[in-house]
Formats: sequence, C-alpha cells, structure tokens
Amino acid sequence: MPWRDEWRRARAIAWKDLTAERRSKAVFNSVIALAITILVLFGFALGPDAQALRDAAPGVIWLAALFAGVLAFNRSYQTEIEGGALDQLVLYPGGRRAIFAGKLMGNFVLVASTLAIVVALGVILFQVDLPAQWLALVAILFFGCVGLVTLGTLYAAMASRSRVREVLLPLLLFPMLVPVLIAAIQATKSLLGGDLMHDAGAWARLLAAYDVIFVAASFLAFDFVIEV
Amino acid sequence: MNGTADVSAIDATDVARRLGTSWVLRGITLRVAPGEVVGLLGANGTGKSTFLRIVATLVRPHAGSLRVCGHDVRTVPARAREAVGYLAHLPGLYDDLTVRENLHFAAAMLDRRRADAEAALVRVGLERAAEQRVRALSSGMQRRLAIARLVLRQPRVALLDEPYSNLDAAGIELMNSLVSEWTGDGVAALIVLHELAPAVGVLDRTVTIVDGRLAPNVHDHQRHAGAMLRVTG
Repeated sequence: MPWRDEWRRARAIAWKDLTAERRSKAVFNSVIALAITILVLFGFALGPDAQALRDAAPGVIWLAALFAGVLAFNRSYQTEIEGGALDQLVLYPGGRRAIFAGKLMGNFVLVASTLAIVVALGVILFQVDLPAQWLALVAILFFGCVGLVTLGTLYAAMASRSRVREVLLPLLLFPMLVPVLIAAIQATKSLLGGDLMHDAGAWARLLAAYDVIFVAASFLAFDFVIEV
Repeated sequence: MNGTADVSAIDATDVARRLGTSWVLRGITLRVAPGEVVGLLGANGTGKSTFLRIVATLVRPHAGSLRVCGHDVRTVPARAREAVGYLAHLPGLYDDLTVRENLHFAAAMLDRRRADAEAALVRVGLERAAEQRVRALSSGMQRRLAIARLVLRQPRVALLDEPYSNLDAAGIELMNSLVSEWTGDGVAALIVLHELAPAVGVLDRTVTIVDGRLAPNVHDHQRHAGAMLRVTG
C-alpha cells in the first residue's frame, strides 16, 4: 500500500527530527528564550494597565509563537543541509510528500510545545483569566498552530537552498500568514474576552477552513518546491 | 542488483550544465554498462561532481539527454532515482543520532528490515560503534557509515564521489571489495577520483573531463590487474 509506505517514511522523518532535537535541544532552548523575551518586552511596553495587557495578550501570544516558529522552521532544514543530508533525503524512494509530512509533524510538536508554554506564561504575565470553555481555546490554538506550521514548513523548504534563507523565510512567510494570524488572534481574543463562542466560533471555522486549504495546497506544492 | 544486459546503466548524450552564465559541462557523452566500473577523472572544478549529481537526479541537465537504467532523468526522475545509490562528498548523516539510529532511519526510508541495517553495520565493521553518536565519530568512521547506508540501499548504479577520502587502508579495501561484489551482481559504478591508485584494482576504464567535455583519450583497465591495457582515441 503506497500510502502506508509514505506514512512510515513520514513517521521516520518526524522521529528522526524529534530525537535529534530531544538530545541537542538546540532549537527548543532558543525558541523558548525568544518567546519569553517577546512576552516580557511587550509586557513592559504596554505598561501596568491590566486591561491593556489583557486586550493585547492574544496578539502578543501569537506573535511570540510566530517569531519562535520561524527559528524552528529554518533550523529544521538547516540541519539537513549542513551535512549534505538533504540530498540523501530526497534520494530515498517514494513521494516527496512524505518528507513534507514528516517535517510538518516534527515542527508541529515543537511549535505546539512552545505555544503551550507561551500561553501559560502569557496568562500569568498579562493577567488573563482562562475561559470556562478551555477546550475551545485548545481547539483554536491547535488550528492556529496547524496553519502556522504548515506554511512555515513549506516556505522554509522553499528558502532552504538559498544562502540568505534566514532573511528570505520571514519575507516569504509573513504575508502568507496574515489571514491565519488574524483569524487566530480574533478567535483567541473573542474567547478570552468572555465571548460565548459566537464570534470565536466564526473565527475558528474560518481558521479551520484556512488550514484545510493551506494543508492541501502545501502537499500539492511541495513536490515542486523540493524538486531540483 | 538486477541490471538488464541490453539497457545501459548510464546513457548520457551531450549532457550540459551551466552555472550562471558559464557552462560547467559542455556536452558529456558516456555509456556505462551494467556491471561496469568507470573512473571519472579531471582537475578541480571541471564538473566531475556536477555530472555525478546530474546522474543522481539531484541536479537537472540544461541540455542533452540522460537515462539511468533506461529511465529518462528529465521525464521520470523518480524511476531513475530508485536505481541509484549516491555516496556524496559530505556524509549526509545526522550528528545527534547514533550510528545504529542513522541506519535504522535509512532502513525505514528504504523499506528494509532492521536486520538488514544490522547486517550493513557489520559489513562495514561499525558494530562496536553502533551506540555512539555520529558527532563523536572520526571522519573515516562517518565515511564507513555512509557506505553502510549505500549497502542497505542495494543500488543498480553506484555513484561514488571520492569514496576513498578519509578512509584508511582497511577502509579502501572494504570499498573495493564492495564495488567488486556489486559489479558481480550487475551493478554499474561511476567513481569520481582524484587519485587513481586506490581504485585501480576495480576499474574497468577511466574517462577524463577537460573543459566540460570528456577528453578524447579513454583509458581501459583490466579489473584486478591494475595495468593500463589500451588507450583509445
């Protein structure tokens, strides 16, 4: 069954990336450090006004996740390129989509872990009350993370062979992420603001729709992105 | 390792590749039969490795045609890719994984059993280093691990870019014994070389790239004799 082969390869790539990261912690440590720095700096910039902090919290949390994610996306391909491993990876038989799926899973675990820490810290630093519908908040964080990681993984692959990939990735990625970020921030804001899933639900549905489109488009485009 | 006798392992006609505005390869025509071992020589920067990467489907040719085991690298690169095993100049390993984990990863990607990975580990003499992380290995041991991955791959066309670099005498012997085994099974090998000496026992012939083209003199070697028998062109 071809899809089973692809699934096995994707899992192998995700396992490889996460095992290497668990040992080196090269990405996780820097990503967490950057995310905390962003939260603290925004906290100082917004001042002591508790309401201003609460209003800004969803935006600051997603921006911290975005900037931290960019570090992770860049690094996920950099390790492949440094030792010539990317050449070997693309030479394995089967579809290139298994590479994308594997990288996507690995990056998702990393960024989702970061997002969980960022949200926990954001709740404390920005004096936000967690909503009663905390499962809805988890769902919104999940959908937002899927959109962020899908596009990040695709565009990092696109930028990976460039010598200026650190600069190129944000330039390519940020404009594409605008709809995902707006939907994620608005959904989170509605929920944290006590909205009983009215606005939050609409934004969450839009976010899920973006996810479906971006995941499908990224899987279709990846063959061309990674092809020589 | 089941090369078909009537189809060339590598069939390149006027393969050209430019870098920016200058042509690195100006028209390489080369046929390698199944089971044949060809050494690719030339000065630095003449495009030997580029040609190897084109055959490996890692780089597209800008002109000419190229078939690997009958599969056109432009139209069906995935089929051509399945036939090749590429030992690159860089080992392409994961530093934070152990030797065993690197091979198990390759086995998963190649749909081989873990037992095959263990056998490849033993074949290259790395079983004692199996639990070491790759970053702790010497460059020679990393080379052996990259060779083990090639063994696991079971290619029909072995593309070897300076395979003897960083290898000690035992490593060179290992590399040559593997090439001899493969060619006995009909596997073709194209080997980029800076020095002829380590490979002379396994080469059937050598070709030289000069100014982006194959030089007219093509030396044929009799395998295992180490002697140059014929000069054509």
